[in-house]
Amino acid sequence: MSETPPTSPLARIRERLFPKAFPSDDRGRIRMVVDSLILHLHPSKVPITTLRWTYTWGLGGLAAILLTLLIATGIILLNNYTPSVPQAYLDILELRSNVWFGEMIRNIHHWSANLLIVVAVLHLVRVFATGAYRPPRELNWLIGVAMLLLIVGANFTGYLLPWDQLAFWAITVGTSIINYIPLIGEGLSRLILGGPEVGARTLLNFYSLHIAIIPLGLVILASYHFWRIRKDGGLTLPKSLTPAEEEEKPERVTTIPHLVRKELVFAVAWIAAVLVFSMLVPAPLEGIANPDLSPNPAKAPWYFMGLQELLLHFHPLVGAIVIPGLALLGLFILPFVDIRPDNVGMYFRSKRGRSLSLLAVGLGLLLTPAWVLLDEFVLNWTAWLPGWDPLLSNGLVPLALIALGLFLLDEWISRFLNATAEERILFFAVFLFTAFLVLTLIGIFFRGPGMALYWPWDMPTH
Amino acid sequence: MYETSSPNLSRRDFLKLAWGFFGGLAALEAGGILLAYLQPRLAEGEFGSVIPLGAVKNFPPGSVTHITNGRFYLVRLADGGLLALYHRCTHLGCTVPYDQTSGKFVCPCHSSQFDGDGEVENPPAPRPLDLFAITIQNGEILVDTSQPIQRSSFDPSQVVYA
Repeated sequence: MSETPPTSPLARIRERLFPKAFPSDDRGRIRMVVDSLILHLHPSKVPITTLRWTYTWGLGGLAAILLTLLIATGIILLNNYTPSVPQAYLDILELRSNVWFGEMIRNIHHWSANLLIVVAVLHLVRVFATGAYRPPRELNWLIGVAMLLLIVGANFTGYLLPWDQLAFWAITVGTSIINYIPLIGEGLSRLILGGPEVGARTLLNFYSLHIAIIPLGLVILASYHFWRIRKDGGLTLPKSLTPAEEEEKPERVTTIPHLVRKELVFAVAWIAAVLVFSMLVPAPLEGIANPDLSPNPAKAPWYFMGLQELLLHFHPLVGAIVIPGLALLGLFILPFVDIRPDNVGMYFRSKRGRSLSLLAVGLGLLLTPAWVLLDEFVLNWTAWLPGWDPLLSNGLVPLALIALGLFLLDEWISRFLNATAEERILFFAVFLFTAFLVLTLIGIFFRGPGMALYWPWDMPTH
Repeated sequence: MYETSSPNLSRRDFLKLAWGFFGGLAALEAGGILLAYLQPRLAEGEFGSVIPLGAVKNFPPGSVTHITNGRFYLVRLADGGLLALYHRCTHLGCTVPYDQTSGKFVCPCHSSQFDGDGEVENPPAPRPLDLFAITIQNGEILVDTSQPIQRSSFDPSQVVYA
């Protein structure tokens, strides 16, 4: 500060744009974090225990990296895409064959988008498992869930844009679900589709959602999400079953270099992995959309296969609206009912919690396929309850029976295993999540033509 | 000295209320404009208009003809009656193909099955295939595709005779 400014303008420009030397003392490093636009998202010092890979797995950071990749590749894809029928499909063909690196950029966009769904879900699982959404972090959990919905929305709207058979029918099936929302369903469906069925208007609507509205929402929410982490006092501190002394009051180290170096290596490694994957595995593209010919089977995008599996077993109002609605409601209220502060940071709460979670996973892996098989081959509610409204016989009656089953399960773990309120929430969250995963896997790998059940290695090809 | 505030509503509260009311009104207006702006429009001659199919005698009794630009099947029943069945599955919107050998409509997506009248034979479809209104003018068939007609079961009154 006391130094005299350089005399030549060129030297002054250089001094303004580039720091003179990388700070080598803690004081200088702290200043650098505080003074930087990007780095000041971080605190200037972080507890050393939160830097462990095996605590956060870097999932939130990876989601941010993927979002950046998606925005970057998405913007340049705009230069080779027309949102009209049939030009959209022709543009994708052109992109694949005649545009320099077109195929690779589309692949990066496609695979990052799919990976982002997985990463966002895992991030929520990590936060749940360590109880990191508990007070005062409830609001950031809600924002996270909202962002997951936006990410799924971005994926779904993007799914239509290539205008191939895969896109057309996945979106037809996916948007038909809207019709079952009571009262407003049909009007809402017409508004979203821009007409009675998926067509040129739908493509334009989805395009505007995909390239403007949803990304804007995501960027705003993500910025708020980062800011809230610091407002809520940074990351939760990890705890293990046998807490070491360093965990009680961990040493705080400077963000530069300890955190930033890890983030940099992590980002470079993942970007490299996505690039390599995108060079090797092309994004799927089928023939141009044909509204007169539904492929067999016509499957929804893979992240909706759990929902589609529910649709095979329930009346659509129950399978597509009531059950997912309740699940979403559960996600939103979790941090307001699961509030015990003292074991935050410990994976699955305690030693007992870990055993209970394992039990929940085991039961989920066992009971879900058993129920799918039972419903597929034995239960036939519409035939057993003739004359009943299918909403009752094929919807609310089986739903009530499942609710009864869950109630008995709850009685069992609280009476015979003496589960506390906190442990019951843990048990059911793990159980229901496992059930959802199993349904998704059944939908992806075990459903073939006519949505019949097949072994994956026995799947008929057509 | 003037008493400006009434005992029930102070000036501050009145202004707050007025701001809230007019602000809410403005938001409603903006929402209404957005909804109206986004309303779908239909072009003439596309799906959604009245489709002329020509003389009834072109469709022999006991035949099922896929009219793709109208998105429906023209069913001529054995007794000569006519039905226009929307080809969209009432479950989740897939296009239901007609199987000539069995005389049934079987959806490839979730295996809903409909008989020749469009009645559900196998769920998950919650209701029969929707109908389009048929009118006969000077021996010519006209099908109005603007509004699918939902029905809970097949009824002979739905059949149109030339």
